Amino acid sequence: MATAYDITAKQAEPEQDSPVPVVAVENVYKSFAGHQVLNGISLRVGKGETLAVLGRSGTGKSVLLRLIIGLDTPDSGSICIHGQAIAGLALDRMGEIRKKMGFLFQQAALYDSLTVQENVAFPLEHHRRDMPKSERADRVRQLLAEVGLETDIDKMPSDISGGMQKRVGLARALALEPEILLLDEPTAGLDPISSSEINELILKLQKERRMASIVVTHDLHSASTIAGRLALLNEGDVVIEGTFEDLQQSDIGFVKEFLKQS
Amino acid sequence: MSDRGFPAVAGLNPPLPVRGIEPLSTVTGYATKLFNGFFEWFGGLGIFSWRVLCAAVTPPYEWRELIRQLDEVGSKSLPLVAMAGAAIGVILSLEARYSLSRFGAKSMFPATLVYSVIQVMGPVITGLVVSGRVGAGMGAELASMKVTEQIDAIEASAINPYRLLAATRILACILMLPLLTIATDACALMTGWFAQAMVEPLSFHQFIANGFNGATFSAFLPQTLKTAVYGLIIGLIACFQGMRTRGGAAGVGRAATNSVVLASLFLILADVVLVKFILVFFP
Repeated sequence: MATAYDITAKQAEPEQDSPVPVVAVENVYKSFAGHQVLNGISLRVGKGETLAVLGRSGTGKSVLLRLIIGLDTPDSGSICIHGQAIAGLALDRMGEIRKKMGFLFQQAALYDSLTVQENVAFPLEHHRRDMPKSERADRVRQLLAEVGLETDIDKMPSDISGGMQKRVGLARALALEPEILLLDEPTAGLDPISSSEINELILKLQKERRMASIVVTHDLHSASTIAGRLALLNEGDVVIEGTFEDLQQSDIGFVKEFLKQS
Repeated sequence: MSDRGFPAVAGLNPPLPVRGIEPLSTVTGYATKLFNGFFEWFGGLGIFSWRVLCAAVTPPYEWRELIRQLDEVGSKSLPLVAMAGAAIGVILSLEARYSLSRFGAKSMFPATLVYSVIQVMGPVITGLVVSGRVGAGMGAELASMKVTEQIDAIEASAINPYRLLAATRILACILMLPLLTIATDACALMTGWFAQAMVEPLSFHQFIANGFNGATFSAFLPQTLKTAVYGLIIGLIACFQGMRTRGGAAGVGRAATNSVVLASLFLILADVVLVKFILVFFP
């Protein structure tokens, strides 16, 4: 099982040669009903790199992911995907950018009227209409095999466990072979064994596909296992950004308290 | 004893707040909130309608979802509207026979039944029945998808939810309402004739011939086609209410209720305008 102490051996090395970050968040502010959630946050993620965004509940971690994929819009600041600012893009233009992104929701957000197989096939049916049906079915089976669910393809989302739902959600997020993977609390609410399996799966996928990934979590163990770089949020801004060792060596009171309580 | 009727215990029974006339500022605040909410709702509906229209007229078209919705709105509503139509036919037959007999105008029975079913009762009853079944169903389904982030998941998968979810449902309602109205009318006329024939001999051929004697297409066609507007209202309001839902299970319940109530209300209000419009342009 992967631990916080052998991450350098397991994580894929980020590619440093690309001058434009895959995801660039610059000085972003976001508030809801007068409550400031993000307070001038800036983050960058390069190709093949995994950034874990940590923080207490309600510090705007999930909001950050929703802003990056364009489900919400920032009050100010800019978000660029491959150097393209996404602010003000029409829904269909934004769709073109979203095709390069995979999103795993916190509660998996599977379509409850579709089977596991149909859930994974859903993005393919809409964006790979030219793909023959048999090839599409093979691709779905392959994706489900990758997440270890090849025997559950005909089950409904309500008939499988939370961990399995997250795996289906992950398979669906990977269906269009994204260049960016956004994971919202991939291990939240799971038992330690399922959490470990999800972590191993994410690591395996990162090594195989070399995607830029942002993982939002409050699970320090999971973050240190799957991410090469960690950013700790407090009151809507980054308190510290660096490796797990950097966090451990930090003198900042909030960082020490967070590590102590995790 | 405390003023609530319980023994007074220090700390447990704080004094009740004095109830009286609300301060003027509070009343003004409520009025402003209500006023803002009213215009916010219509503004939101306008933006939603524009997005749906833009999504509906641009490719890719969601034919498969449209066919599924045509089945959902049309085939699955058919038994219900048929039964409602049948009941209305019997009721109108009984009422018309009684009223016409009083004025010695029994020979007018077929025409009275045909005109009252096709011009008035059929469209409205179909609209209200579909509003109840489909409006609540769509509102609850979309609201449930919204609160469980399924609509966000669709959008995150680079699929336009206005095109996939709203445009298909609204179009299905627009296309199916006139067809369902024809079914309601047919059932109402059949049972209306049958109820009459049970009392007095009247052949179906004679009933239809007398009922439609001298009738033109313009007498019936606009009344049937106006239900496409009912379909637009039902689909639009149900999708709008569903896709703007917040607040978990309670929000889903509210969305379903509001979809039915608002769709039924706007349907009746629209009928006032449509009837006047038809009387002016198809006299």
